[in-house]
Amino acid sequence: MSQWIYIGLFIIVGLIIPVGAIAAAWILGPKKANPIKQSTYECGIETVGDSWVQFKAQYYIFALVFLIFDVETVFLFPWAVKLSQLGLFAVIEGIIFILILIVGLVYTWRKGMLEWA
Amino acid sequence: MSFWNDPLKVAADWLMGIFTGWGMPEIAAQILIGFLGVLFLLSLLMVLDIFLVWVERKVVSRFQDRIGPNRVGPFGLIQPFADIIKLLIKEDITPNGADKVVYNLAPILSMMSVLILWAVMPLAPRMIGVDLNIGALYIIAAGAIGTLSIIMAGWASNNKYALIGAFRQVAVMVAFEIPMLTMLLIPTIFAGSMGFNAITEAQDVWFVWLAPLAALIFLIAAIAELGRAPFDMAEGESELVAGYNTEYSGMKFGMFYAGELLHAFTFGGFWAILFFGGYRFFGLEQVSAFLAVAVIFFKAFIGYWIIMWVRYTLLRIRIDHMLGFNWKFLTPLAFVLLMVVALLNALLAGTPTWVYVAVMFLSNVVLGWIALEFARSYSRKERERVEGVGQVVEAHH
Repeated sequence: MSQWIYIGLFIIVGLIIPVGAIAAAWILGPKKANPIKQSTYECGIETVGDSWVQFKAQYYIFALVFLIFDVETVFLFPWAVKLSQLGLFAVIEGIIFILILIVGLVYTWRKGMLEWA
Repeated sequence: MSFWNDPLKVAADWLMGIFTGWGMPEIAAQILIGFLGVLFLLSLLMVLDIFLVWVERKVVSRFQDRIGPNRVGPFGLIQPFADIIKLLIKEDITPNGADKVVYNLAPILSMMSVLILWAVMPLAPRMIGVDLNIGALYIIAAGAIGTLSIIMAGWASNNKYALIGAFRQVAVMVAFEIPMLTMLLIPTIFAGSMGFNAITEAQDVWFVWLAPLAALIFLIAAIAELGRAPFDMAEGESELVAGYNTEYSGMKFGMFYAGELLHAFTFGGFWAILFFGGYRFFGLEQVSAFLAVAVIFFKAFIGYWIIMWVRYTLLRIRIDHMLGFNWKFLTPLAFVLLMVVALLNALLAGTPTWVYVAVMFLSNVVLGWIALEFARSYSRKERERVEGVGQVVEAHH
């Protein structure tokens, strides 16, 4: 438990430092706002429309595959920690687990989902 | 325990004496001492960060056949301080359409995500912020906050360039986190622990001799996670102005910039801890804690230098090539390597150390060679498919 108090301290101090730097800049810097200065930067051209539009995320399938592998790796960490004590049987079991996931990757590949289109 | 062996404990005991002398309860004194220690470490890192700005500029100029900063102070050493003064007295602009809260939070989170990584960095024997037993997962989680800050910056700016940069960064993060996580598993297997202190202690033989291929894959994935060239999709200057931080100026931009540099240095450090023995260097760490800290910082600088070397040597890769490289090459290779290492680790149990090391090393080299041959034949086929059969002429032979 006391470990997480120190993690908390790191987070607090890690927030204080950038907040302090930005606050110092805010205090020291000039404040002369005008509409031209605060307009959206687009290489000198006036912005047309909003940026917050529906956006085609081409990597939607990538994200799904990523999610599967990410969760899988979380399962593999305890396996890796205890691997030396568990012996050959656990190793083969882990390998079968990884192979099943590789089959999934190959399937996605053959279906042509790993293309940026 | 002398000051040279364990300076943190000596300092903590000394402060404890003072604080309890003031009538402070012991638990409060302990937390206050922890706070001061963390503040000291992170302030030191910020000073180092200022120095890194100078290192980066000086190194890039040597790569590009220039001299770099050389006017302000000896070798231009005072230049970064001049830059800081400039950043401090610049106007803090928030664009009109921006989501103010998220816009201002992003640079803060960006810096924080890097600073909290140092909580699990073992700097010397008995000198580690928190010896978490899930250290490997912790650095992935902290790294995800960094990516989150990039998305926040890109989205909140209400700028099309920033948004596209942020979206690209998500694609990169989503891709390269898999090989990186998998390569974190390999030192975990060797050490039997996810804690970085245990991983360092286990390296009587540096893990790079056991798994050179893993070290290489980890470095590639780390460079991609850092968003540095050749994977700097998020800020392709020639197409997206500055990517996700287009709308940022002054100190907020400074936080992104400093965070990026420190992130690269930090990953140099983690690379050293995972594969190059961390603070250990032929028993030097037992002489004095200060020497151990010098060793880990030296190794981290070498890792940082390699990351810079890659950055300034290679060109930016197109995003579809990059994702193809990851999903069709790096990820399968990482999983095969993991299986080979796990299997050999079980089969070689009980053999003498030199046999273990030699077989592991050779299996890595052979696997790397096979993977390269596969990639070569695959890319030849792809080129033939794209350019038409018979059009491909080998470039050099």
